[in-house]
Amino acid sequence: MTTTPVAAADWLVVAPVALPILCGAVLLMVRHRIWLHAWIAMAGTSLMLASSLGLLLRSLSAGPRTMVMGGWLPPFGIAFTADVLGAAFSVAAGAVAVACCAFSLSDIGSTGRRYGFYAFFMLLMAGVNGSLLTGDLFNLYVWFEVFVISSFGLLVLGSEREQIDGAVKYAILNLTATTLFLAAAALLYGAVGTLNMADLTLALRAQTAAPIHALAGLFLFAFAMKAAAFPLNFWLPASYHTPRIVVAALFGALLTKIGIYALLRVLAMIMPGGLESFGGLVAWAAAATMILGGLGALAQSDLRRLCGFLVISGIGVMLAGLAVGGTDGLSGTILYAIQSMLAMAALYLACDAIRDRGGDISLNRLGGLYASAPLLAAVMLLLLLAIGGLPPGSGLWAKVVVVKAALDHGFGWLAFCVLASGALSMIALARVFLLAFWRPAQAPAASVTPPSPTMLLPLLGLSAAILWIGLLPETVLSISRLAAGGLVDPAAYVGSVFPGGLR
Amino acid sequence: MRTLIFRTAAPYLTSLMLLFSVFVLLRGHNEPGGGFIGGLIAVAAFAIQGIAFGVPEARRAMRFHPMAISGFGLFLSAIAGMVSIVFRVPFLSGLWWSPSLFGVTVDLSTVMLFDIGVYLVVVGSLTSVALSLEEREEP
Repeated sequence: MTTTPVAAADWLVVAPVALPILCGAVLLMVRHRIWLHAWIAMAGTSLMLASSLGLLLRSLSAGPRTMVMGGWLPPFGIAFTADVLGAAFSVAAGAVAVACCAFSLSDIGSTGRRYGFYAFFMLLMAGVNGSLLTGDLFNLYVWFEVFVISSFGLLVLGSEREQIDGAVKYAILNLTATTLFLAAAALLYGAVGTLNMADLTLALRAQTAAPIHALAGLFLFAFAMKAAAFPLNFWLPASYHTPRIVVAALFGALLTKIGIYALLRVLAMIMPGGLESFGGLVAWAAAATMILGGLGALAQSDLRRLCGFLVISGIGVMLAGLAVGGTDGLSGTILYAIQSMLAMAALYLACDAIRDRGGDISLNRLGGLYASAPLLAAVMLLLLLAIGGLPPGSGLWAKVVVVKAALDHGFGWLAFCVLASGALSMIALARVFLLAFWRPAQAPAASVTPPSPTMLLPLLGLSAAILWIGLLPETVLSISRLAAGGLVDPAAYVGSVFPGGLR
Repeated sequence: MRTLIFRTAAPYLTSLMLLFSVFVLLRGHNEPGGGFIGGLIAVAAFAIQGIAFGVPEARRAMRFHPMAISGFGLFLSAIAGMVSIVFRVPFLSGLWWSPSLFGVTVDLSTVMLFDIGVYLVVVGSLTSVALSLEEREEP
């Protein structure tokens, strides 16, 4: 047992997980008093974001922080380890959660609340933060299950025929992925005898023997399916257009990025040798994901489906950074993931605002929004630039880092693909801008009431964050570089779990 | 299923099973048993009540909505972990308190609180499932 007293600040390691669980429990208890829901959820997400921010600051100043549940000693007890990577992702996820929660105040009616929207929402966030902060591979699987099960609940909110159809596809593919992950974790336990990530890092980093390649392949397959990388991406466009748009925003922003996070943690940190043997495959998958995502987005007229393909295209860029490897490649992946969480959430929410203003979700019928919703047009223009990778959007710097890393490591063709996919998503979103905003209105405006502040404020908040990353990228760039450094040289991570240099 | 024999026996069965479920819950710390299995026994008891007297009657007997019970269980378990913050030990540490009541030492712990939470989560969620399945069957 560890006997040293735990500083109160170290409780930040579990706070982003424990707070949403507590809130979710309270929300379940007051399920029928729906007027309380929104307040509890807003307070819960705000506290969660604050604790994630505190955790990030602490991990920046004092290195990775570890808390082992119940005070047991590390490889046996379940460790929660927050390094810069996990904490930074957790902050971005918290920001998305606060924005989505605020947006849902006007979007989720009493039926959705009675169904338990906010309870599922909080438990989803617990799962997301748990996945980001845990230091144990089996525990990572458990948190995957927590957010997958919560996401089923959110997907079928409303129980429409179309939603059930989407949920079945989503459920089968996601359960397949988590089952594969579980099988891989079991095999890994059989081979090494531990599942603590720091312990695994010590045992496996130097390994290049045969079983590591097979295991890395299994993990790659499972996490790539989660992240919706080509050729395992078909579940995403088949299901993400069916739920409420706030739910789609949460999913599109967070869930696929958890797949990327798991790839970074397990392949880049624990088994870099395994990742190297699959490097070529990852690079090809990245290129195909980027280009097909971009082409898919071009072919859609339903805004929600279009967003789904843009999520996939972004995943391709993140995989490209992973395939290139090294501190620069990985930091590109991390930076892209962080800004993509914000941008994708904002894009989905903007689509909901477009539907609210224009009365439709299809590009075939929308029009005239430039005159009727100028502020929304400004937000959309910023998102177009951010996702396409042009200044002053946040995507610019992420793409610059990935492209430079690819060129430095001799992946010229991959750099070309990143730029080509940027151009494709640019064209796809420009089409939205052209048809929905610049084209004269097709029908008389559906709603002439001013937009509610709960719809505008989250959008403006996310846009401000995107603009901040685009204009003053230094902070986020250095954070992503530190996070990538922690993956390339995990000595600090291991040191925080085994302070005495055990084993 | 509403035969006279079953309806006469059901209250005794239900109360015995509920009592037994609490026994199994409490002995679970060092011996076979615990919150999960105790909860399942309690769910079986409520299911019997529902079959014998109808689902509305069973819901009335439970007083609270099953999902609210489940939420309370989750809340208790989370609180059992949070108690550690006061004693400056890591999350979910087992903390013991042994008060003497009328000369008998009773061992209370956060571990027990956690297990009671698990019990309530299982009772709430599975009773909710069982009762809604029974509801569908009724003509």
